[in-house]
Amino acid sequence: MPVVEYAGSSIEVNDEGFLVDSSQWTPEVAEAIATGNGIDELNDQHWKVITFCREDAAKQGTPPGLRRISKNSGVNMKELYQLFPKGPGKLAAMVSGLPKPQGCI
Amino acid sequence: MKNFVILGAGTAGTTVANMLRRKLPSDWSLKIIDPDTDHLFQPDLIFIPFEMQTPEKTIRPRKGTLGKGIEWIQRPVQRVDADKNQVILDGDERVPYDLLVIATGSHIRPEETPGLLGDEWQKSIFDFYTLEGSVALRDALKKFEGGRVVVNTVEMPIKCPVAPLEITFLAESFFTEKGIRDNVELTYVTPLDGAFTKPIAAKALGGILDDRDIKVEAEYNASEVDVDRKVLRSYDERDIPFDMLITIPTHMGAGFIEESGLGDELAFIPTHRHSLIADNHDNIFVLGDATDLPTSKAGSVAHFQAEVVVDNVMHLIKGESPKAVFDGHANCFIESGYGRAMLIDFNYDQEPLPGVYPLPTVGPFPLLKESRFNHWGKLMFRHVYWHALLPGHPIPVPNHMSMVGKKRPGKLTTDAELAS
Ligand SMILES: Cc1cc2nc3c(=O)[nH]c(=O)nc-3n(C[C@H](O)[C@H](O)[C@H](O)COP(=O)(O)OP(=O)(O)OC[C@H]3O[C@@H](n4cnc5c(N)ncnc54)[C@H](O)[C@@H]3O)c2cc1C
Repeated sequence: MPVVEYAGSSIEVNDEGFLVDSSQWTPEVAEAIATGNGIDELNDQHWKVITFCREDAAKQGTPPGLRRISKNSGVNMKELYQLFPKGPGKLAAMVSGLPKPQGCI
Repeated sequence: MKNFVILGAGTAGTTVANMLRRKLPSDWSLKIIDPDTDHLFQPDLIFIPFEMQTPEKTIRPRKGTLGKGIEWIQRPVQRVDADKNQVILDGDERVPYDLLVIATGSHIRPEETPGLLGDEWQKSIFDFYTLEGSVALRDALKKFEGGRVVVNTVEMPIKCPVAPLEITFLAESFFTEKGIRDNVELTYVTPLDGAFTKPIAAKALGGILDDRDIKVEAEYNASEVDVDRKVLRSYDERDIPFDMLITIPTHMGAGFIEESGLGDELAFIPTHRHSLIADNHDNIFVLGDATDLPTSKAGSVAHFQAEVVVDNVMHLIKGESPKAVFDGHANCFIESGYGRAMLIDFNYDQEPLPGVYPLPTVGPFPLLKESRFNHWGKLMFRHVYWHALLPGHPIPVPNHMSMVGKKRPGKLTTDAELAS
């Protein structure tokens, strides 16, 4: 597994850049992942999403889907796409230090 | 007299009822509530469009599926009052319960996506998750001579998450056999980041769509259909034109779950992942497609869960704590066209691996790979479903997922071995 330097510490990530161990996540790690993926700066709206994703995943055992995020974080679908361009489900999970949203196969 | 009440007489509810009727002590009554006259074998919905099965053979009268000692109330549930331990039917009739099982499944909600239910519904836009949808698609495919065919999953979770892939493979093979494959552009459109998202499956099967010239549009979240232009739209404004759209619409739990305040934003019920007891109510069990659990919504899962629910019900009735544990076990045959199918077996923690199932070395079903055996297995499942699973008879496969017979591709396994 590749190891990357994020915010001064060495963090293990998988081939796609998702943290291998979610407990290694810190807000600084989130900032670093974000800048590496085309997000200039994490603003309050980003943090609403990240906070919800982390809390929800801790309960559910899986990263939340987009509808779940938009219904519960106070950030609507259109804005999710502005905040986390291209694939907000995947990118929000990555920045939140969670595994990639997956199907069963 | 104590009351045991089950909501929904589909795969899960029927199995639990038939298992419990032989086990409940005599001072318990057993009721099941479901408005539908017939029981539909849903896995056959993928075969009807291609005339590989007839609609008549996919349904049986529900009456015959419920054994002696089960009282069937043929009415829809309106609400559950969990504080009073009552199920509310139309006309405010109340059915009291001591223990309740909710097994009312997962249902498509095309109205959640603007344009789906417009003028093109069942003309050029089809679902195959309902009997009517599947039959309408069959009739359209009979007349279809070519064009852009788009298969789109609107959002996750859906029941039988492999069905969109299966319908795509079966369509591809159908067009080829009909001799019109060259006139068809086939696109698989998914909100996930690919057709295969688990690393080992992606490696073993990733090439199969390319080989069959099926295009993939990934990370696509459909927002609406422009009916006049026949275009599917996403939130990030990617337009996909179609001549035939096969949609897997948003799924939600039954309407009364919203009314009762029991569900999440998709009306799936927060459920303990191992005991299958509802998170906020310790006399309610939830199983099958109605839960919010991170495993597949599949008939095989409903079966494994039924065994766990029945064990835990019996523990509770004896005044013990619920000891049985569900591990997320699922297995699914995946039709891949041309008379073949694949098979996957997995749980909460273990992704699908190659190998054989259910017995080491002898199988006979190969995992994560196409074979005729698996296709026969899938067809054989019809028989198992009506004659063993629904009646609640034991089925000779282990409840918990086993690693026996599986191979984890490690450093010593080459790609060629994995593909062979
Ligand atoms: C196209 C397709 C292909 C599939 N292929 C496979 C496969 O190959 N293998 C596999 O394992 N699984 C497959 N499945 C999934 C499988 O059919 C389901 O996972 C399984 O039926 C779930 O059982 P259930 O009891 O939770 O829900 P269901 O069997 O759907 O039963 C729910 C019941 O609840 C009742 N109900 C709903 N609302 C109310 C109400 N308000 N009051 C009272 N009753 C109500 C309904 O009438 C229904 O009878 C497939 C499904 C589809 C749609």
